[in-house]
Amino acid sequence: MIIAERKPLGEIAMMVAPHEKVTVIGCRSCVAICLAGGEKEVDTLVSAMKLKSMNEGRTQYFDGFVLERQCEKEWVKEVEDKILAADVVLSMSCSLGAQTIGDLYPEKIVVPGLNTAMFGVPEEQGVWSEKCLGCGDCIIHTTGGICPIARCAKSMLNGPCGGSSNGHCEVNLEIECAWYAIYERLKLQDRLDLMDTVRPPKEWSTSHSGGRRVIVREDAKLTPHQIRGKEASL
Amino acid sequence: MPDREPKIVGFCCEKHGIDSVDLAARSGRQYDSSIRLVRVPCTGRVDGTHLLKALEEGADAVFVLGCLEKNCYYDTGSIEGRKRVAYVKSMLSEVGIEPERVEMFNASSSMSWKFSEIASNMVKVAARLGPIGSRGGGR
Ligand code: SF4
Ligand code: SF4
Repeated sequence: MIIAERKPLGEIAMMVAPHEKVTVIGCRSCVAICLAGGEKEVDTLVSAMKLKSMNEGRTQYFDGFVLERQCEKEWVKEVEDKILAADVVLSMSCSLGAQTIGDLYPEKIVVPGLNTAMFGVPEEQGVWSEKCLGCGDCIIHTTGGICPIARCAKSMLNGPCGGSSNGHCEVNLEIECAWYAIYERLKLQDRLDLMDTVRPPKEWSTSHSGGRRVIVREDAKLTPHQIRGKEASL
Repeated sequence: MPDREPKIVGFCCEKHGIDSVDLAARSGRQYDSSIRLVRVPCTGRVDGTHLLKALEEGADAVFVLGCLEKNCYYDTGSIEGRKRVAYVKSMLSEVGIEPERVEMFNASSSMSWKFSEIASNMVKVAARLGPIGSRGGGR
């Protein structure tokens, strides 16, 4: 899932400072699970912002609610009235939600309340870690199911580097060395031969390095005829 | 100085928290009438929104009173309460509001003196700081 983190309240306050009516919109999906932009986080943020205005003796209106998924147009359109009534929308979803609102209502100012950090997983309560960089050409079947692109600081395809020490990464000794973990996993699976297999340079054009990616499924796309039919039924 | 009485809200767990308040009352100890108590099943039920909402609705100070950490009726409820109070304090600091407006306290049901101590402590804080916004923009 997508892992995000709330921006410092001072930064959020600065972004919304020029505006009077602030609509805060959270999301019930990934960012609720990582405790950044779900119902409770929206409520506490709205309260904290109201208190800040009270303390400064200014009138600023904050209204907050959450959508099921802010990155899907259908859910966003359901709250169109509230978006149009706002002077600024403070999005408490990942940047995908913020950009969905911005693309649907280009005349509206949408500011991000969260820093979208990574594709990761909850490791334990209150801890999230990165596991994938979305390279577009997954190779974890050759690395014991552990991603060296995201989990090795140097994204090495053939590791470990000389800095691996007692299972930790030389870049940050708090973090496990991905290649140490890959070695241990392959050993457990009796597939250590994969450590000796040289992985050739990766085709990076499928990653962000190849430019913005768009995935199209022709079988899923609606034909112009279907679109007209759908519009007529609304 | 503000021209109104301070307003203080206390969220008390219904186990040791409330019992310590009852014992204080039965022992003839009085507490300031500016304090309003809200009974909660456990301090683990108290969320950041409850504390912030109380301030938003006009409380000058808010506190949470739960069981002693090693003697919590629900084992870890008062630990949760402490963590949430700490988080709310950090949010308040970030928006320029005195974090001491929110505090966590612990008591066991036999500590008859504890609640008077907590009450006078919070009354002092509320009187010193006044209502939010009364000092023209906090610190
Ligand atoms: S190899 Fe690429 S797609 Fe697979 S987990 Fe790593 S970054 Fe993600
Ligand atoms: S120590 Fe391990 S994780 Fe760190 S850069 Fe080297 S191979 Fe990658």
